[in-house]
Amino acid sequence: MRTSGRTRKAAVIAVAGLATCATLITGCSSSDDNGSKGSDGKSSSSEQITLHIGDFNEFGYNDKTGAKLFSEYEALHPNIKIVEDNVTDGQQYWDSLKLHLQQGSGLDDIQAIEVGYIAEAIQPQLASKFVDFKSIKGFSADDWVSYKEKQATTADGQVIGVGTDIGPTAICYRTDFFQQAGLPTDPQQVAALWNGDWAKFVQVGEQFKAKAPSGVAFTDSAGGLFNAVLSSQPTQFSDQTGKLVYDSSPGVKTAWDLSAKAVKEGLTAKLQQFDSNNTWSAAFKTGKFATVACPSWMTGLVSTNSGPANKGKWDIAQPPQAGNWGGSFLAVTKASKHQAEAAALAQWLTAAAQEVKIFQKFGNIPSNKGGLSDPAVQNTTNDYFGPAGKPAPTGKIFATTAQSIQPAPIGPDDGTVKDIITKNGLLDMEQRGTSSEKAWSNVKAQVKDKLGE
Amino acid sequence: MATSVRATSDGSPPSSRPAPSTSRRGDPGAPGNWRAKLYRLDTKASPYAYIAPFFLVFAAFGLFPLIYTGWLSLHHVELGESGSGSWVGFDNYTNLWDNQFFWKALRNTFTLGVISTVPQLMMALGLAHLLNYKLRARGFFRVAILAPYATSIAAAALVFVQLFNPDYGMINQLLGHFGVDGIRWDSSKWPAQIAISSIVTWRWTGYNALIYLAAMQAVPSDLYEAAALDGASRWRQFISVTIPSIRPTIFFTIIVSTIGATQLFGEPLIYGGGVGPTGGTDHQYQTLSLYMYDKGWQVGQLGQASAVAWVMLLILLLIGAVQLLVIRRSRRKLGS
Repeated sequence: MRTSGRTRKAAVIAVAGLATCATLITGCSSSDDNGSKGSDGKSSSSEQITLHIGDFNEFGYNDKTGAKLFSEYEALHPNIKIVEDNVTDGQQYWDSLKLHLQQGSGLDDIQAIEVGYIAEAIQPQLASKFVDFKSIKGFSADDWVSYKEKQATTADGQVIGVGTDIGPTAICYRTDFFQQAGLPTDPQQVAALWNGDWAKFVQVGEQFKAKAPSGVAFTDSAGGLFNAVLSSQPTQFSDQTGKLVYDSSPGVKTAWDLSAKAVKEGLTAKLQQFDSNNTWSAAFKTGKFATVACPSWMTGLVSTNSGPANKGKWDIAQPPQAGNWGGSFLAVTKASKHQAEAAALAQWLTAAAQEVKIFQKFGNIPSNKGGLSDPAVQNTTNDYFGPAGKPAPTGKIFATTAQSIQPAPIGPDDGTVKDIITKNGLLDMEQRGTSSEKAWSNVKAQVKDKLGE
Repeated sequence: MATSVRATSDGSPPSSRPAPSTSRRGDPGAPGNWRAKLYRLDTKASPYAYIAPFFLVFAAFGLFPLIYTGWLSLHHVELGESGSGSWVGFDNYTNLWDNQFFWKALRNTFTLGVISTVPQLMMALGLAHLLNYKLRARGFFRVAILAPYATSIAAAALVFVQLFNPDYGMINQLLGHFGVDGIRWDSSKWPAQIAISSIVTWRWTGYNALIYLAAMQAVPSDLYEAAALDGASRWRQFISVTIPSIRPTIFFTIIVSTIGATQLFGEPLIYGGGVGPTGGTDHQYQTLSLYMYDKGWQVGQLGQASAVAWVMLLILLLIGAVQLLVIRRSRRKLGS
């Protein structure tokens, strides 16, 4: 009896001990993590330090799937070790980064920021948590395409990030469907159909629809068309001061009217881009639409979603007007104990040579001018697109587009309004046949509900 | 309090114990007095210490969030904002009153609640009645009907999303054989609400059936025998013996299901896919919980979200009060 009682007690103690240990370990490891980020104190060039870089999705830096840039940098600087903290979902990444910034804890030395959130990041409250690149040696905003660094510049002139990639947008189209509809298939001729005006793009859609193969819509979604048109407009959701002007913006009106027209005439496949039910990505394979607005990063999605069976059926043409959709920045946090080293790493990662390496591996278009004009980028082709033996000159198409992009002012609420317009306004028109006027007043009511203006 | 009173009034065994112990240790100075004080403290205070853990945990995880949410609902607070926000009085509540999306969410919560709870409880009652018979492999069936309850909301919702897909889902294919084509389960209001309530019904029917079954087995069998002798059919027995006997259980499940329906969240969120928190492109199936989540975590207006949370609580209390009244009245009618 006594022994069994004692063993039971011992077991209870052991279990309790284990549980405490478990909490201690998790607690420890995270605090240890924080500690190592800042524990090294002062920095000299020979001291061993660890730099943490936080990013989302796929930046193409790591050794496993990326361009092995971290190990390259570690070889150049034997005293530096780089650790990447990657979060798959960009929205989740930004939400937690925002909380970390506001609380001033849990921050990495370098944090990536997507262009959709950069306008929020340059607001005084958040911008004060980042190092101003203007104070960093060797930084020149002119190294990047004109609008890139402008987007990361605060009202009082502080530059909080260096540009990684940009998303110049072209048009991907199915040559087989175009041929069946009696349209040209050669990229030059196709581009000539709509050159200079998105309205012509919709007109081509009307021509396509008249002789379209059954079950094939001209373009994938009204939301995608809206984004593509809007990204080429000089005024978008916000004015120069970042104030929301979507209701009176000529750019938004143009994009809305054209998308609404496309919906009304049945030119869209009524899909929602990136929906979590994968209906949109499945429609690539089943050939439900003939065109999709193609930022540089979209080419990868087109090929994986369409699958090897559809290789050679897609091609890429210049868009009616040049626009940018996507891209990111690297920012150095003031919470970092190694700001100088972190800034140096961020500058190295976004230098022309490195951005070219990432492009070759991943197709991310460099935002650095040197990288953009590099022959390695200019001469790149993608053999998934274009007829067999004549791969599409993606490097040239995207680089050309990138050079003629007009910068547009951005604001902190752009993302919210864009979401409401594409998901609630246009998708509602597509799925339920809501009229354009009613959909627009719904959009306004929802923006008012969410943002109070 | 009752325990401590009883302990002192008939507490002869404990009072005998301290005396020898003091003498053994030979406590110097005011021995009896100090001991008695300690003893009184023990009988008076230690019960509070025993029940304290519950109240501390309740205060930390029940009462404090409740009050803090109420306090937030009277302020303008943004997510992640440091500081305490600014006092706005009942503005958050009056804004809700004027807000079409709030009313829409309230209506949706009500309709979704009705079409998911009513058929669910009816089916549960029927299933329990069937399982109450002596049938082969009864244990297997009892486990089987509880199986949906063991799946996660996310997994169930994702499977139903595939089933209800308007383009290639199984339900539309099946309906196509009967000449019903192209129901937009994703965007039309009623089809979408029916699809969502079918997820809820599927998950919870078995659970409620088991509760009914447990109650049915406690009904004395001589009641059925007497009814059978009087020539009552099976259906008559079910209506006149089973239902009245398990009435309290039925009320219990109605209240629990009502609370569950008012808080409906995961199913419409996942069912909505990319348009999740708005509950469809035109808020066709946005519930109050989704609206609260949208306000709090997507828009970042914690004050407004807290106001929605408090309104939900008040609605639940109101429904609870109505149900209580109905139960009281029905009891009085029965005369028992």
